[in-house]
Formats: sequence, structure tokens, C-alpha cells
Amino acid sequence: MKPTDIRNPDYFHKVVDCQWACPAHTPVPEYIRLIAAGRYDDAYMINWKSNVFPGILGRTCDRPCEPACRRGRVEEEPVAICRLKRVAADFKGDVSARMPQGPFPSNGKRVAVVGAGPAGLGVARDLAPAGYQVTVFDSAPNGGGFIRSQIPKFRLPDSVIDEEVGYITDLGVETRYNTYVPSLKGLMDEGYDAVFVGSGAPRGRELDVPGRQEAAANIHIGIDWLSSVSFGHVKSIGKRVIVLGGGNTAMDCCRSARRLGGEDVKVIVRSGFEEMKASPWEKEDAMHEDIPILNFLVPKEVIQKDGQIVGMSFDKVEAKYDDKGRRSLIPTGAVVQYACDDVLVAIGQENAFPWIEKDIGIEFDRWGMPKVDDVTFQSTNPKVFFGGDAAFGPKNIIWAVAHAHHAAISIDKFCQAQDIAERPAPGVTLVSQKMGIHEWSYDNDVSIDLRFKVPHREKKLSLVDIKAEVELGFDPELALKEAHRCLNCDVQTVFAPKLCIECDACVDICPVDCITFTDDGEEDELRTRLNAPALDKTQDIYVSDGLKTGRIMAKDEDMCLHCGLCAERCPTGAWDMQRFLLDMAQVKPVSAPRATTSLEALA
Amino acid sequence: MTFLPKPKLHHPKLASNALGFTRRDYEGSISTLCAGCGHDSISAAIIHACFELDLPPHRIAKLSGIGCSSKTPTYFLGNSHGFNSVHGRMPSVLTGANLANRELIYLGVSGDGDSASIGFGQFAHSIRRGVNMTYIVENNGVYGLTKGQFSATADKGAKNKRGVPNNDEPIDMVSMALQLGATYVGRSFSGDKTQLVPLIKGALTHKGAAFIDCISPCVAFNNHEGSTKSFDYVREHNAAVNFLDVFEGRDEITADYAPGTVELVRQHDGTYLKLRKIANDYDATDRISAMNFLQTHHARGEIVTGLLYVDPDAEDMHAALGTATAPLNGMSDEALVPGNAALAKLNASLR
Repeated sequence: MKPTDIRNPDYFHKVVDCQWACPAHTPVPEYIRLIAAGRYDDAYMINWKSNVFPGILGRTCDRPCEPACRRGRVEEEPVAICRLKRVAADFKGDVSARMPQGPFPSNGKRVAVVGAGPAGLGVARDLAPAGYQVTVFDSAPNGGGFIRSQIPKFRLPDSVIDEEVGYITDLGVETRYNTYVPSLKGLMDEGYDAVFVGSGAPRGRELDVPGRQEAAANIHIGIDWLSSVSFGHVKSIGKRVIVLGGGNTAMDCCRSARRLGGEDVKVIVRSGFEEMKASPWEKEDAMHEDIPILNFLVPKEVIQKDGQIVGMSFDKVEAKYDDKGRRSLIPTGAVVQYACDDVLVAIGQENAFPWIEKDIGIEFDRWGMPKVDDVTFQSTNPKVFFGGDAAFGPKNIIWAVAHAHHAAISIDKFCQAQDIAERPAPGVTLVSQKMGIHEWSYDNDVSIDLRFKVPHREKKLSLVDIKAEVELGFDPELALKEAHRCLNCDVQTVFAPKLCIECDACVDICPVDCITFTDDGEEDELRTRLNAPALDKTQDIYVSDGLKTGRIMAKDEDMCLHCGLCAERCPTGAWDMQRFLLDMAQVKPVSAPRATTSLEALA
Repeated sequence: MTFLPKPKLHHPKLASNALGFTRRDYEGSISTLCAGCGHDSISAAIIHACFELDLPPHRIAKLSGIGCSSKTPTYFLGNSHGFNSVHGRMPSVLTGANLANRELIYLGVSGDGDSASIGFGQFAHSIRRGVNMTYIVENNGVYGLTKGQFSATADKGAKNKRGVPNNDEPIDMVSMALQLGATYVGRSFSGDKTQLVPLIKGALTHKGAAFIDCISPCVAFNNHEGSTKSFDYVREHNAAVNFLDVFEGRDEITADYAPGTVELVRQHDGTYLKLRKIANDYDATDRISAMNFLQTHHARGEIVTGLLYVDPDAEDMHAALGTATAPLNGMSDEALVPGNAALAKLNASLR
């Protein structure tokens, strides 16, 4: 097998599963260590730099990091990364002094941003400190976009949104709220150097069954209904509510309905429970609030009497898979019926660009989506960039933030007449953590605690107040224990074959049998004859040659606990534990925000 | 400086043996020996061997004397019986324990100081009595605990860390064991578990005095240029005569081998030792030719390793003494103390 090139930043980055899985590549273990050290401000700033909305994401993120977390492979459940992020936001002090301090000397370039959601605000955050004059347009009365209008207040209080949107507007970003942009052409005619479109996917998919039109008064499109609830226009709902759809919007709908008078609220989905798009924890929260989720039911008809809704009927289906594994839902012939007073339709979102003229050089595909480069986020009109849900359809906040960073880099390069296809490399540091014999600058004692549950407000109390936050967050004590569960995957096992005397000490001590000294071979075959077979090919094997006996060292990264015992038991220092810090490239600010890392603080 | 315990978390696919134990269940507390010590590899090999043989940990007694090697029983088989004896006296304590309870599996762990110097006589007599045991000498050629003076097994001419050569003739523990009548004799190297683990398994299943001399480099005091017990030197001069596999039933031996390359040895307890020959002319069941072979190759500067001698029909001390078949702790008081009448009868028979 080819020896591993550890100089390629991707290699060690991949070992930090959480960071690799995070669209914004937030250095997760780094901030978790800071939380464990009680340095909440530092932990917050690392997050802020990378994902812009730590307090918001700490409550609402879709957490792609957690299924990736190594802890979930060696134990039962991943580290509660998302809720630790919230800890940093909850317990930090005043960080305003650590934000980039304006006014920033202008570079004379003007950028228009359409939509004050996470994508648009992210672009503004990156560009303003670099001297761009950024103007953000949004039809809503305040910033946040779907963060504010779609996420119920019992999951995300307004105060958190206000604070984190404020950090961005404080950078000297001009906001034009209550301003709907009716024409992109008109906007471009105002002479902006670039336009970023972060207008989201604002249209809820329609339900198309008989009776829909007749009973329209009691059938609501989920996202519209949620924003009406959010802005206080809707304050009640019928006692019996059916929520259609299996995504997170459906979960927000049903839980909101429970708080607005819904007593018998049920979620009904076409597919199976397991295939639902909603995050498992959101399903759990809904079920905890006495909301049953009924599956394999396809809407058939809205039953109404003289325009008054009575209930809905559904075709009972079952999933059949063909030999290619494709699923189809086959009607069983059975029809079931549920009585209801209101129906909330949360079966998907669509993009809508009625305000973008067809003759301004922006091409759309046959699904009505703009043609956007997935690296630069540039559209076919070189001045116009897309990001967030507007670029590739509905995703999550953290994706929008990641898009924003990429788009901001592109806009910066475009405005400076540089080649936007050339992407800046991430900053990488790799530093030994050795302090002495059996002494490391990170806590290498592996905790065996199981995942801690975030305390919730009592159900009785939370169901009567739609603004009462359900999750109370970890207190510092629980946070410390949960932080200790992190395996410090960014502290890498780095092997120097020249120093190795092949004494087997590392092999013997490794608690997860991930190190093998053996004869070289092709990867597929080699994987089967390691001390513990390494059958997950998505996880790399660290291969090193140059040993005296001609054998190779092969380390399966999959299960490594990063406990450092291989390095502790190594008599020659051939193994070393080195902290790998990968800093994604961002637009260079005129005066850089001060994000202290733990290492800098030690120096 | 702290010695963290090995994390409890283990590989999710870690195998269990017939008793439902994982290999990790055969571990002891964390080693406090120098990092990279060969002894730790031998401990790991013992753990592997006991796990693979499905040995119940509570039926094993591990005994040792004094020295780096004799510290190691703390680092394996944390759920077994242990006895850390006076310097060099492990063989006598083991012999006594074996006489009292023949049903335990006895594992003596000693070093070149403990067995070739202060305990030389003890070693010799336990071997010649045929005590049913596995006796492992973790042989590094130096006194590690007292800063690396040459031990009695250091080769003549070998240099210490400061370059001063050793003038004394070495004691070859393997030759001694062969001469004293050990019925299972092997030599191996801590850096080669594929050879060492089966050798230990064979010794543990052997009924009789099984002796393994295991060269175990001392990374602190005997792993330099000029040492004859360093990782590099042993790897360069290793002359393995065979590789061993241990099977519990004959059916498991299915692979085809070219004639003359494999020798099957059936032991008393029904286990098979399968010897894959490396030196074709080597006969592991011939004590005298084994001794000749050792001397010839030693003169050439080679370190002969492998299963060097086995007597599959060996008998142990209990057979020779005709002792009771039950362990003493399983006998009634009446049987253990038969009373004055029985004593009088015995005395009368001797008059």
C-alpha cells in the first residue's frame, strides 16, 4: 500500500470526523477542550469565526458532526457536540470587544445581499471587516430570515437571534428591512459591484388532493403558518390537528400546534418512520409531547361538509424494494380516516425566484433552480452569487453558513479582479502535545461516561407557553462531564518510522488494537489481516514504511481513542501526539478578529 | 508523572472466547516498566495465549521472584492467583503450591537474575523434579533494576552500554533445561509474537516441566550496538527451527503441507502441536540431537529459537511421587489428619 502522506491537510482533517463532517469545518475538539477548561469566551469565538451563529446553532443545528463522531463508534452515543456549543454561548461573558472592531477602512466596493438569513448575514460578516460596503435587504422587519420566522421560540428565543444578528450588523453592515426586492435587474442597476442572493426556499409545497380547496380555511401551509405564529399573527388552532410531512418543519408545526390549543395532534407521513427526514432528536421531542407519528399513509382526500373540514382519509401503503434497492409505496387497499379541525401541510419547500428577470444572464435549470458553481457559488452572471437554500434547495443553517464563507471568498476575489476558481488553502498547524514522560497538554484520560441528557423544562409548563424554551441547556458541571467524553481526535498520532525499533510496545498497549506491524500488501487484503480487521473503508489506514525489518506500520484510524498510550509506551518517541488545527480560509479582514486558541494562550 | 490505566473502551468487534471473555479480560493493571520493555510484550503474549486457550483466569496461578520480569505478573491476568516470592525462590513456592493443589495451572515468571544467579539451584531442581508448570525466563542479559550490570546469561564479549565487554561465560538456560530433563523446551523473542504466543500455549497445555527462555531486550540498558540481546542483534541472528501451532482437536488441522515440512505431536491432554519446520533436519522430539544442534549453532553465533524439544508422553512430579489425585483443599479433615492409629501403623511398617 502507498505510504500515507500526512502532509496533505485532508489526511488528518478526515481523522477529526466531526470537523470533517461539519460543512463549515468548525474545529470541534478544540472548542470542547476550551469549554472543559471553563474558557467559554474562547470557545465561543472559535465557533463564531467558523460558524457565525454559535448560540443559534447550539440549539438548532442539524448536527452532521454527531453521527460522524468517533465516540458513537467505540461506545453507544456521540458526544453532545451541538449542546456543548450552546454551553459556550450561554456562559460566555461580554464578547463584543473581541469582535472585529470597525469602522473598517473602505475598499470602495459595494455588495448587495438579498435575504437576511444565515447565508446573507454570513456573507455580510465575512465581507464587512474586509472593507466592503454591504447592504442587506429583507422583507421582514428584522434580521434572521427563516431562523427567526420558522424556528419556534420554544426552541430558539428571540434574544439569541437578536444578539448574534447584532454582532454582524454592528460591523457596519447596512440593513434595509421591510424591503422586498421586486427586481434583481433593478437592484443591479444601482451599481453594486456584486450581488449575493440568499433568499432561501420560501415557498411551501402544496397539497393536491380532493377537498383541499373547499376546506382551505382550515388547511395551512406549514412554513407560512409557522411564520405567522412567530410574528404573533396566529395565536390558536383547533383541538384536533393533523400535520402532514416528516421533516423538521413538520416537527416544529406539531409542537407549536400543541402549544396553541391542539390537544389531539398527530403527524402523518407517507414513508416509514425510519426514513423520515426529521432529525431523530426532533422526532423524540415531538413524541415526548404526546404527538404520535403515523407512517405509511398517503393523503387521499380532505373530508369536508359544506366547506367545513371534518377529517382526512389516507391510503395505507407498504414499502416494496426492487432488486436495485429502489423503494416504491404499494397501496394495500386499506383506507383510514382521521377526524380533525385543522391540517398543517409540511411536505416540503420550494425555491421561487419570481423577482429574477430571465434576461439578465442568470440561467436556470429545468427544475427552476439557478445554475450555480458548487465551489465558487457564482451564477452564470459573473456578478451574481447564490448561497444557502437559494443555491441548491432546502438544507440547514450550517450549510448556509458554509456557502456564505465560500461565496464571500469568491465575491472578494471577483471584486479584486482575481481568479475565483483558485481557492485559498486552509491554515494548518501540527504541534506536539508532549509535556514530559506520561504528560500531555491535553487530557488523555478517556472518560467512560455515557452521553448526558440535556435537562428539559417540565412538560406541563412548556406546553402552555409557546415562548418558554424547552431545553434548558447543560449547566457548567454537566457540560464539563460531557466535554470529557470528547476523544480529542484532533490530537493526532504521528509516526516517525526512522525512530521506531519495532518493540511492539504500542501494539500491546493500544486499547482498541488499531496498530499493526506487518508485511506490506494491497489495501483490501491488508485491511483483513490487521490486529483488528479494518472493514470500514471510509476510514483511512495510516501506513508508514521505512522500518528496519522491511515491514510496514499500519494504523486503523477508525477506532483510535487518541489516548496517547502508544506514544507514552514508545521508548524512542517514534509516536508523538500532535495537535492538528485546521483553519478554513476566509476573507482576510482589514484588522483580524482576535480568536485566541488554547495553544496561543499557553505560550 | 502519571500512569493512566488503559481505557476500558475496546474495539467494538473485539472477539470473545469459549468462556465469553474478551482478551481484555485477561489483562492486569498498567505496566510501570520502562516504555518499550520486552517484558511487556511477553505479558501481552501470555494474555493472548490464555485467551486463545479459553483458560478460566481463576484456575491460573502466576508466581514470580524479584526483578523487572518478576514485576510483570501484576500486568497480566488480573483475575488469577498470584504469589510474588523472595528473590530466586519462585520455583520452590511453585513446587509447594503444585503439591498442595495439582488442579491449578502454574505459570512461573522469572528473569535471568532471578533464575540464573540467585535462584539457579531452585530453577534446576524444579525442572529435574518435573513439576507440571510453565516456566518463563524473561531474559535480557542485564540487571535492569540496578542500572544494567551484566547478568549470568550475558554473552562473553557482549558490550555494556559504556562499551565495556563481558568476560564471563554465559549460562545458557535452554541447554540447562534440556540437560536437567525439562520435557518441553523452547526459546523465543519478545519481538516476535507470532512465534511466542503458540510456544506459550504449547507450554500451558504440556503436562510436565515446560521451560521457555524468552529473549527480551532491555530498552534502557541493553539495546545498543555491541549488545547481543538487542532488538537488532536478535533479529539478525535469529535462527528459528520451526513455527508452532497448537490445536485442541485433530480435525482443525486441514491445510495441506508438502511432506516432511510439518510434524504433528499429540500431547497427553489431546492437544496437537503442529510444527511447521524451518530447519528440515531438526527433530524436536530428540533431546540429544537438540542439545547438539544448540551447541553447533551457538558456536556460529546464531540464536536458535522455536520449540526445541518436546516429550509428548511426559509425566510430572505427582506421577513420580504417587500422590493423591485430589488437591489437599478438597480432602476432608479425616483424610488429611488420619490420627494416631494410622501413624502407629505407618511407623510399624518402617521398623
